[in-house]
Amino acid sequence: MDERRCYRLMLLARRLDEEAVRLQRQGELVAFPPMQGQEAAEVASVMALRETDQIFPSYREHGAAVARGVDLVGYLLAYRGAWNGGAYDFAGHHFAPIASAVGSHLLHAVGWAMGRRLDSGDEVAIVFFGEGATSEGDASEAFNFAGVYRAPVIFFCQNNGWAISVPAARQTAGEIWRRAAGFGIEGARVDGNDARAVYESVAEAASRARRGDGPTLIEAMTYRLGAHSTADDDRRYRSSEEVAERRADDPLDRMRATLEAEGVDASFFEAAELEARETIGRVRAGLTVTSDPPAVEMFDFVYAAPPPALARQRAEVGELS
Amino acid sequence: MVQALNAALRQCLRDDPRTLVFGEDVGRLGGVFRVTDGLQDEFGARVFDTPLAESGIVGIAIGLAMAGWRPVPEIQFDGFSFPALDQVLTNLAKYRGRSRGAYDMAVTLRVPSFGGISGPEHHSESPETLYAHTAGLKVVSPSGPQEAFHLLVQAVEEPDPVIFLEPKSRYWAREEVSMTPSPLPVGKARIVRSGDDATLVAWGAMVRRCLEVAAAAEEDGVSLEVLDLRWLVPMDDETLVESVSRTGRAVVVHEAPRTGGMGAEVSARLMELAFRKLRAPVQRVTGWDVPYPAASAEHEYIPSLDRILLAVQRVLDE
Repeated sequence: MDERRCYRLMLLARRLDEEAVRLQRQGELVAFPPMQGQEAAEVASVMALRETDQIFPSYREHGAAVARGVDLVGYLLAYRGAWNGGAYDFAGHHFAPIASAVGSHLLHAVGWAMGRRLDSGDEVAIVFFGEGATSEGDASEAFNFAGVYRAPVIFFCQNNGWAISVPAARQTAGEIWRRAAGFGIEGARVDGNDARAVYESVAEAASRARRGDGPTLIEAMTYRLGAHSTADDDRRYRSSEEVAERRADDPLDRMRATLEAEGVDASFFEAAELEARETIGRVRAGLTVTSDPPAVEMFDFVYAAPPPALARQRAEVGELS
Repeated sequence: MVQALNAALRQCLRDDPRTLVFGEDVGRLGGVFRVTDGLQDEFGARVFDTPLAESGIVGIAIGLAMAGWRPVPEIQFDGFSFPALDQVLTNLAKYRGRSRGAYDMAVTLRVPSFGGISGPEHHSESPETLYAHTAGLKVVSPSGPQEAFHLLVQAVEEPDPVIFLEPKSRYWAREEVSMTPSPLPVGKARIVRSGDDATLVAWGAMVRRCLEVAAAAEEDGVSLEVLDLRWLVPMDDETLVESVSRTGRAVVVHEAPRTGGMGAEVSARLMELAFRKLRAPVQRVTGWDVPYPAASAEHEYIPSLDRILLAVQRVLDE
């Protein structure tokens, strides 16, 4: 793993996260789900994959988006309410629409992976979800289908401790990664705040999938340092002591300490900071100059071509505006 | 009709190597109604059995469509389509929009539907309204073998998700089927019997019943037109309005419960588009607002000849 690149991307993800929360407070975004604390899990997992491997994100995967090189203005437009699912190049970046109906998208990843296998392709799919989503029935169906068809898919569960206000112990009495055994697939638990461990775990799962040896369920243990979203007040359900304690295990600090121990000097960190801030500046400016699509566009992607009755409804909106 | 559907699937699998057929028991068994009989032998891995999980079946269809395949999944019975409803409503119907047009959802979901076969509980549901009320889906139901062939081929070729509701009570209907392309475009209704005094509007198995009603009415000197709507989405307003404007009277017949059913939609469209031509209020003859009853009572649930004739009488009396 290119540790320096990993750090730069994790830092960019952190700065993007902070900026997005600020933008929401300023009224530029409608709402935003902060990802702070999960940078190692998201960045290192994507770094372990090829650019043609397909990513199925949940809604807190801007770390993965950063690592994949997704257009961040297009990504944030979803949180400005400009377009459902995001306004980036889904097909070009192999980065599926943002999924807030958590659990449902695990099956899409399995189907996509089955499809590539039918085509004898060697790409793999990775799907991001939290421990809360594993309570959905679709998650179990996805593990099962993937096992039966040996689908080249990596189930990447970020167990960040909290599903909004409900702690992980209320989602399941067991350990999520152990479910893999019951579905006849490989499972692993990894320290999600250790970028290198995440990278190695995902790289191993990817090569297993490419070999045709089927899916892997990875449970990456991490922690959501921020609230569930900008509309959430996490002081109502968890103590500030708990958060402070977990902040000591900040993955960005850990990555920096690793690099420093390896002799990387201060100028690298300064340059990384500058680079991240410049990128964020461009994203902010890009959002400012990007106007929302016209409202009538809501009619344009319902069907390949609008049926007559829908075309008439579109015309009604046009006449009023 | 089972053979006609089988022939349609066979043609789709032959003509487009991206076509996939899958579902519970569709492989070796050939489906519980034998609609997929022999397809796995001919097309191998493109026809496969799935685990018993309907949400999973539709969920993987979405992913397969994203990967450029053309899935034609089967849900074994209408009553078991509901576990898949979340995937259909939340994702299948919306994925084109969620991805801003990046992905076609060329998925045809076949669902054996409606009653009339003395099925056990959960084997006789009429789910069309749930789908018709969901933007992004197309909804169609064939009334007989020839229609089944034409409409299924057409549905599979569509770039949009199509909910294909097969009337189980018509599975064993027989007629000669021409394996030609459909003469009618997607979204077009069909007048299956011309008449002057009133229009009966139906789809699926109720088309056949309405034809029986029209034959009975003719003996009393009443001339009924029968309109097979075929596509509930998109609905053919033009043919509907033309027919009812001519006859001045309409009775809508469906198996689904009355409240909020598609009969209300047909009736509302006639109010909006043909009010001044109507000589009587539109009548609905439907299933009752009850859960589908046990087999011994289903004849009292499904619109009968007598109930439809009474409704015809009511519109003629106005």
